Amino acid sequence: MTALTERPTQRPETGSLVQQFEYGLDAPICLTWELTYACNLECAHCLSSSGRRDPRELTTEQCKAVIDELQRMQVFYVNIGGGEPTIRPDFWELVEYAVGHQVGVKFSTNGVRITPERARFLASTDYVDVQISLDGATAEVNDYVRGPGSYDTALRALQNLKDAGFRDAKISVVCTRENIGQLDEFKALADKYGATLRLTRLRPSGRGADVWDELHPLPEQQRELYDWLMAHTADGLTRGEQVLTGDSFFHLAAFGESLPGLNLCGAGRVVCLIDPIGDVYACPFAIHDEFLAGNLLADGGFQQVWQTSALFQELRSPQTGGACASCRFYDSCRGGCMAAKFFTGLPLDGPDPECVQGYGESALAQLGRDRVIPAASQDHSKATPTRNQPVMLQLLTRPPVSACAESPLAGFEPQI
Amino acid sequence: MDALLGEPWTLSPSVALRPEPFGALAYHFGNRRLTFLKRPELVAVVRGLGTAPDVRTALEDAGVPASQHAAYAAALRGLAATDMIRPRTETSA
Repeated sequence: MTALTERPTQRPETGSLVQQFEYGLDAPICLTWELTYACNLECAHCLSSSGRRDPRELTTEQCKAVIDELQRMQVFYVNIGGGEPTIRPDFWELVEYAVGHQVGVKFSTNGVRITPERARFLASTDYVDVQISLDGATAEVNDYVRGPGSYDTALRALQNLKDAGFRDAKISVVCTRENIGQLDEFKALADKYGATLRLTRLRPSGRGADVWDELHPLPEQQRELYDWLMAHTADGLTRGEQVLTGDSFFHLAAFGESLPGLNLCGAGRVVCLIDPIGDVYACPFAIHDEFLAGNLLADGGFQQVWQTSALFQELRSPQTGGACASCRFYDSCRGGCMAAKFFTGLPLDGPDPECVQGYGESALAQLGRDRVIPAASQDHSKATPTRNQPVMLQLLTRPPVSACAESPLAGFEPQI
Repeated sequence: MDALLGEPWTLSPSVALRPEPFGALAYHFGNRRLTFLKRPELVAVVRGLGTAPDVRTALEDAGVPASQHAAYAAALRGLAATDMIRPRTETSA
């Protein structure tokens, strides 16, 4: 991280919650724990670049020790993800252990192991929430980024949960250029399965960096999304009708009215991520050495890392607006998402790449060819493609010209 | 004045309080609601509800001046709406 400028470090005694959150909490509110980097899928935009299991993955006993510590710290629930967490052989054992120790579990899955039997088990427990990932309301759109068959897998899981009487599963959608037009269809799907729709933002993290340019919503789609969210997250709706957002669209607040939720980057303040080998990062979208606070095995436990790491101390002082300070919407969006800036090569005190006032686009354009996208610091992608790999290619509309054709106009046949 | 002040109330059994620099965070394990208690005095009141004969006594024990009782009663009603606190039914007295 760059050198600190002078910032107040004394917490105010009163003030709004957002002001209080800027100074951090004694324990996170929203803790994500990726249990494994192993995954049966190879989604094109995977933010943790998952695929292969890391041999240093925490053991069952180490995981249970983490849960004990979360219980002591009163972290009331944890968002478990991966990779695909359910393919860890001890997954269900860990879920039961957490729930038995006052740590509720919400886990994200592509649905591969949500069999009728597991669905019945889930329906019988309290404190377990299930989130099925689906990035298209149709197989065509979903499988394009998540790989062939993944749509059917997700819908089968939702059907199993419904049949078992599991209530209020979540359908978790990463909003992309391809699926923003399907928001009503997603909502209809959720209603059909008695589920709640959860929409989140596409981040240029992990393999997401490779496809962000192609998949991130266009400016007019941002507006479409904002209007749709305003209509579906309003207070007048009853709980079942509400659409969740994981507070991930606060950059859209600069359109005018804030969306419900925490309109603040919570990284290292109220949010963090524990990865499969026990590394603690500032946020789930920032798996990079730059945002690594420490390791819970090497640095004296999770509490120690959360409360004393130098990185988190730095994040817990109010950020200066930087290039955004003079923008009249700064108080609404507070500069947007740190991870989105970092992984697109923008300065952390500059605008969000998807700034709805257009400052992100101009910042990207200004950097032009000087823009340096940071190299990944870890990658667990599968070394060789499998049958589940998405193929993000469009068929050519005409055959390629032979590499031996030397004419600079080869293949060009003007219509007469 | 709110009738609640004269009634016995208690923290819901499924709620846990986590101390934080600004007050506390209340989590309801049943409905999974998370609420922030933004004043240390409010935390003291909520913690004291279960052992005080009525809400007014809990407020006084926490050092809340009478002039603020109405405001605190409104805040407590808010907490009751999500079952963070509930009226105490004295069956085993």
